[in-house]
Amino acid sequence: MADNVKPRVRVPKTASKDEVITIKTLISHPMESGQRKDKDGNIVPRSIINRFTAEFNGQLVIDATLEPAISTNPYLEFDAKVPETGEFKFTWYDDDGSVYEDAHKVEVS
Amino acid sequence: MLISRRGVLSAGAGLAAFALLPVAVRAQGAAAAPTQTADEVIAEFTGGAEVVDGDGVKLTAPEIAENGNTVPISVEAPGASEIMVLAVENPTPGVAKFVFGPLAATQAAATRIRLAKTQDVVAIAKMADGSFVRTASNVKVTIGGCGG
Amino acid sequence: MKLQFTVTAAAALAAILALSVAQADPVEDDQLVINGEEELATQAPAPDHLQGALGETVYSGWLFRDTETRAMQKDDFDNPMFLFVDAGLEAWDKQEGTAGKSCADCHNDIGESMRGVRAQMPKVNDKGELWSLENYVNDCRTNRMGAEAWGWNSQDMKNMTAAIGVQSRGMPVAVKIDGPAAPFWEKGKEMYYTRYGQLEMSCANCHEDNFGKNIRSDHLSQGQINGFPLYRLKDQGAVSAHQRFVGCIRDTRGVPFEPGGLEFRELELYVASRGNGLAVETPAVRH
Repeated sequence: MADNVKPRVRVPKTASKDEVITIKTLISHPMESGQRKDKDGNIVPRSIINRFTAEFNGQLVIDATLEPAISTNPYLEFDAKVPETGEFKFTWYDDDGSVYEDAHKVEVS
Repeated sequence: MLISRRGVLSAGAGLAAFALLPVAVRAQGAAAAPTQTADEVIAEFTGGAEVVDGDGVKLTAPEIAENGNTVPISVEAPGASEIMVLAVENPTPGVAKFVFGPLAATQAAATRIRLAKTQDVVAIAKMADGSFVRTASNVKVTIGGCGG
Repeated sequence: MKLQFTVTAAAALAAILALSVAQADPVEDDQLVINGEEELATQAPAPDHLQGALGETVYSGWLFRDTETRAMQKDDFDNPMFLFVDAGLEAWDKQEGTAGKSCADCHNDIGESMRGVRAQMPKVNDKGELWSLENYVNDCRTNRMGAEAWGWNSQDMKNMTAAIGVQSRGMPVAVKIDGPAAPFWEKGKEMYYTRYGQLEMSCANCHEDNFGKNIRSDHLSQGQINGFPLYRLKDQGAVSAHQRFVGCIRDTRGVPFEPGGLEFRELELYVASRGNGLAVETPAVRH
């Protein structure tokens, strides 16, 4: 179970219709790969964020499947376009079943 | 709960392979699922279709990674529906798969990855017409002198 | 100054460096501009006390890193340390301990009260003890908040020193080395030039004698600490100055001193003074 998993997302508060906005996301998570061994030589089991999705007003922007090769504190950057005022929903799915969410409103002129 | 690729494998065609695993590994469950080779990962993505090298997909990665634990990369394939990234010499070759939805402004993504050693990072894009295009970048992973 | 020169040590170091590529100087043509707005001074005239040991200029470790690593520090979003700064800022407002107080209850706004604090650390307190920022934090926690002390290298402590440290970002490092600080500074200096471990290497062997050269593929810096606590790509996490000292001494195959102990605080004072004039870069990104 990952403690203190905190998302950090950069989304502008306003945008023009269909403007390309670059979104950067970061989330604090150890991304335990399942390759490391502990002091007694036992494998530390894999425990990672395995999926990230970004949606805007219910429509998909990106759906990313993540493997253990993604670095600790996974960073994802992608572009979205917003056709109208609304809200982004960002969701991270953890191997252990936890789901982390963040939401950001954008005003579209 | 999300079904991972691992879940699909063991539920379907992987059942036979799964049965061949040593008992101890099977008993550990998901944490010790069989590692696929890079070719198997690719075949699963393409469904066995032909993959052609081309510049329909671009991969940006440093020539030399100052530290293998955090290597920034980005991929872009205009018009693609999905892009998959692999690190062929990592213990498990899969790195990420990006599926682009209707509100993706570009078919591009950037992230930071772990590379166990010097190797090719490969990006394969699934284009709108169902074809697959591939590119690769060799990244040298260096060992620092201080170690610590 | 004790210098125990042995043939083995010299040969070992020479062998390692002989395998390196030709000298690669710190980058000349990149500026550390944060968020496209604030430029930080990554070079400064070498402090007088060095008496020319580092030449005329002291350079931040930022200048010795590669393009991608340097880029990560230029944007407070790309810089993963800000996950920890955010956590520290949250902790600043959180009430803890038997007194039911948060840092904010006494210190109010962190930007106002903590501005310039990290730039002078470590320093001698009014009881004559040499204290690093961590000591001050724990002093408040235990004596005024009735809360438990944080481990020197605990995540909580690094979150807090990062949050406090960033309030000095851009200000010149300005540790005092005279007056009551002088005896501690002298001990730190002696330690800097002492060879440790099986490999019998001192800080100076790499960071003074060979900065700019490669040790295997590592581009050696001057070993400045103006960016600590920082994000190490290798550790994929926050690293404090004492933590880094531990790593360096362990790599000489010696037994490192304790993080938080007097030896490392003295060393921290001395090493900080070698960078007096450089901008505080906390929280930096290094490999």
